[in-house]
Amino acid sequence: MIAALVALRAIIAREALRFIGQRSRFVAALVRPLLWLIVFAAGFRAALGLSITPPYQTYTTYEVYIVPGLCGMILLFNGMQSSLSLVYDREMGSMRLLLTSPLPRWWLLLCRLLASTTISILQVYAFLAITALYGIRFSPAGYVAILPALVVAGLMLGALGLALSSTIRQLENFAGVMNFVIFPMFFLSTALYPLWKMAESSELLHDICALNPFTHAVELIRFALYAQFNGTALLWTCLAGLVLLALAIWGYDPARGMIRRKS
Amino acid sequence: MTGLRVQNLSFSYGAKTALSDVSFEVAPGRFCALLGPNGAGKSTLFALLTRLFTTPDGTIEIAGHDMAREPRAALRQMGVVFQQPTLDLDLTVRRNLDYFAALHGLSGRTARARIDEALDRLGMRDRASELVRTLNGGHRRRLEIARSLCHHPRVLLLDEPTVGLDAATRQAITDHVHDLSETGGLTVLWATHLTDEIRDRDQLLILHRGRLLENGEAGALRGATPLATHFLSLTGEAA
Repeated sequence: MIAALVALRAIIAREALRFIGQRSRFVAALVRPLLWLIVFAAGFRAALGLSITPPYQTYTTYEVYIVPGLCGMILLFNGMQSSLSLVYDREMGSMRLLLTSPLPRWWLLLCRLLASTTISILQVYAFLAITALYGIRFSPAGYVAILPALVVAGLMLGALGLALSSTIRQLENFAGVMNFVIFPMFFLSTALYPLWKMAESSELLHDICALNPFTHAVELIRFALYAQFNGTALLWTCLAGLVLLALAIWGYDPARGMIRRKS
Repeated sequence: MTGLRVQNLSFSYGAKTALSDVSFEVAPGRFCALLGPNGAGKSTLFALLTRLFTTPDGTIEIAGHDMAREPRAALRQMGVVFQQPTLDLDLTVRRNLDYFAALHGLSGRTARARIDEALDRLGMRDRASELVRTLNGGHRRRLEIARSLCHHPRVLLLDEPTVGLDAATRQAITDHVHDLSETGGLTVLWATHLTDEIRDRDQLLILHRGRLLENGEAGALRGATPLATHFLSLTGEAA
């Protein structure tokens, strides 16, 4: 038990030290959602009218609407970036080092997941601090309530990255995954537009959005930012997270998984 | 108590057989060289020995622990130097070793003592606070070996550990690991395709196209022939 916690602490510390060492990664992680907020949202404010739907109780500007989606974007991109580093780690030797530890493999993978989620959450809070300076503020209770929502959503998206990393053989294949996973997940969600808006253009797209686990992660964050609880979103996000984590553990299983490859 | 025992080990990548019915034993404190050309199956054997993946065909025992039945006990007794670098270049020598020690559940004073001991053995104690990025190739390899010794393993596996090093550094590292097995009682499996790294009294395994062609003392196996020539005559390929 103590050995497991020692490893957890070391894996998180290593990830944090790496992150601090790569300031450009931190800046990039912040610039991306800020561009969306300041440029994209400003341009679309006029084009998109938003009606009052929960958790909003009054008319909401587009900039305010997309903040939870952009928090989700940070978690999504970071989850993928972390899996990118796992593929890199595997091409180098550090993944092998991790997997030859005498601790249970599922625990080591979970530690890695917790480490990347911790970094993602720090990034989200940095983003929220900047949005507050920009003039978009939430209640103190919202900033506290968002934490568990970010943990659940971050773990789910990190598990997705972990599951993907077990199937990707080389770094070169990763660009395709970014195009086929990140962008569809982000655009087919409620990050940028509410579900009813999607239904106006296509019922099929609406249904896909409603099934997308990222939609539920974003809604979980959105409700939490207003200190409200969305049980359906929590259930969907947890379910998706558990399935993806099981897939990741399967993927890294030495007997069955996809890591079995000519090395 | 055995050092390392492999029995009837086979492995395939789909239809392609990588290892076929490989069996050998390395006694405790013995230096065993695993010689084979590229594609012989050395990396597959290492992946199986380190449990990167597993196979139902055959058994692996590390210091008396069956890898299939007691994987954690087996891994605890094993140190590995991979062909690929595992060090974080932007961290200091000590921080890298701290991380590794923690993966084996070691922390605090115990970890510090083990790390100092491993660094002393490799003559690298005075470099503990340097960034790995500033070390040359030879010192990085030494550090990889120090890392693999932190948790006091009984069996040390090294997968072509001298790749990319100059002749003098290669010699120094080869001598050092020989010394570890002779004086430290460590069981060593050293995979290589370079015959000059093998001494006559070493145990020698020759692997070719997934089959174990020879297993014995290197000097006895080669007789009066240079090892490179002997190897070439067996495999038809340059060592």
